[in-house]
Amino acid sequence: MIETIAAVSLPVDEKLEIRKNRILPEAGTAQEKRKRISIVTGIHGDELEGQYVCFELQRRLAEEKEKLAGIVDIYPAMNPLGIDSISRGIPAFDLDLNRLFPGNIDGNMTEYLAAEIIEDVKGSDCVIDLHASNIYLTEIPQIRINERHQERLVPMAEKLNMDLIWVHGASTVLESTFAYSLNSVGTPVLVVEMGVGMRITKEYGDQMTDGIMHLMKAMGIWEGEVKPVKKPVISRNPEDVCYLNAGVGGLFIPLVKHGARLKKNERIGRIVDPLRGKVLDEVLAPTEGMLFTLRDYPIVDEGSLMGRMLKKEVCGYA
Amino acid sequence: MHKRIIYQIKGMYRDDFRITGYEFGEGEKSVCIVGSSRGNEVQQIYCCGRLVKKCRQLEAEVRIKKGHKILIIPSINPYSMNIQKRFWPTDNTDINRMFPGYNLGETTQRIADGVFREIKDYAFGIQFTSFYMPGDFVPHVRMMDEGFSRVETAKQFGLPYVVIREVRPYDTTTLNYNWQVWNTQAFSLYTTTTARIEPKGAGQAVLAVMNFLSRQGMIKYSIPEQNEPQVLKDKEMISVRTAKSGIFEALVKTGEAVDVGQPLANIMDPYEGENLETLYSPVRGVVFFQHNEPLTYADTVVIKIVKR
Repeated sequence: MIETIAAVSLPVDEKLEIRKNRILPEAGTAQEKRKRISIVTGIHGDELEGQYVCFELQRRLAEEKEKLAGIVDIYPAMNPLGIDSISRGIPAFDLDLNRLFPGNIDGNMTEYLAAEIIEDVKGSDCVIDLHASNIYLTEIPQIRINERHQERLVPMAEKLNMDLIWVHGASTVLESTFAYSLNSVGTPVLVVEMGVGMRITKEYGDQMTDGIMHLMKAMGIWEGEVKPVKKPVISRNPEDVCYLNAGVGGLFIPLVKHGARLKKNERIGRIVDPLRGKVLDEVLAPTEGMLFTLRDYPIVDEGSLMGRMLKKEVCGYA
Repeated sequence: MHKRIIYQIKGMYRDDFRITGYEFGEGEKSVCIVGSSRGNEVQQIYCCGRLVKKCRQLEAEVRIKKGHKILIIPSINPYSMNIQKRFWPTDNTDINRMFPGYNLGETTQRIADGVFREIKDYAFGIQFTSFYMPGDFVPHVRMMDEGFSRVETAKQFGLPYVVIREVRPYDTTTLNYNWQVWNTQAFSLYTTTTARIEPKGAGQAVLAVMNFLSRQGMIKYSIPEQNEPQVLKDKEMISVRTAKSGIFEALVKTGEAVDVGQPLANIMDPYEGENLETLYSPVRGVVFFQHNEPLTYADTVVIKIVKR
């Protein structure tokens, strides 16, 4: 059942509508007693990995409709104008929707949209907020959790078939995100980062969908068979993660694959100068561990992030 | 005048990214003035350019008092200005959301760190900045309600209004907020426009800075008598909001006095030319802010009025 959760008329003969698809079980428990999971994506218009998950999840649910025992709300495009124009933020305003929450129902158009989104999703028993890093970096499938909400969220996140759960420090700026706003009012939101902006990584999408099905089963929303899930690495200390920032601007050429397990000082890539044909910098692993973030967009400025590594002792591999 | 590079990054195909500062006078770090941090803040760099010229004249005439150093940085983001993009060219981040910066972080964090190291020890900080919504303002000084800056100091600019606003979560990464964390009295100076130059407004802004420097005893400058500025909270302003989207046809100007019930703007149907809505003033006051784009959205604050 397609529903419009917020609508605003645009200046020239167009209506902006944010829509969801509510999938209900065929029969059984009274609607008010049913558990509800919400799949949210497209808050950033240039992150498309969640699009495939929205499709694939519905495809699987449709195959065994009778096994659905709860409500599945799918919100594939919270920022429809951004998705249509390959814009991360809300076009025309150049505002990041994920810095406008909880919004204001009496505020301007963007604040109003944010408030309507919160109002509609609020009360879900679990929300999955699917992101795809950005157009510069590729991420392994992971869930990021604000340390303030870790007690409630980590046990749910462990059921989602992700490679990594990254519990990060609180930041005042992040208080205006969709996830923080809902977590603060008691609606649990798990923020997923996987893949890269503007692309679909089908393998990650399938992994995520398996995880959602598994979590739905644990919540009593799904009564069909599910696949076993991975045990994720959990990082809770800032010291677990090493950042690789470019020491010089140029063209970054990676020499290892995303997810590679590296020895200390192993070569990750090079920054080169195509004009002069020179190598400007060798990028070496600062520690032994796994390269869980890798730069996808090759041009770097001084300071640009080229990757992140998780220390070996946290990854737990032999 | 001492012109020097405050911060620099090597460019690959572009010229190096350089932030240039102009120092006047010698002695303790008294005032730092920062212009554009976004690529469309043209009026802000224009004001600073005129200020550099004025300070150069004051210095030549030995009118900067001993013991005071004034630093003016017309732009901390020339790369974005040169390609007419509001935020950082490659990753679209906002330098004014990166303070106090991080020298080992990403590019705009490093820029913020490089700038902040140079400017954090000044007694006073003045930033020419712009609003996130497109529009023209009555020139004013804006300050946060919690922090190190004082209303009495803000009044010394001699602008007609001092606006106090609540601190919001995103403020913690702005220059103004971080200046105050480091015990600098920081003020945001809003001039009339952003993406186009407006000489009269820039003249007012230069005079406002002269008023301030003179009242602080840093320069010798004959300043006019001023009326007591009106101090108000942002929330006290009356917002006039659209109900319809369409073409925005302004019927008043910023700074104009309006009466209750006076028409302020029309929202027109772009296809059929019909008037969809007329916005009326709910109070007697002065138009403080007005939308300046030809199109507008529904549910948008397009005019703010200060009650008289």
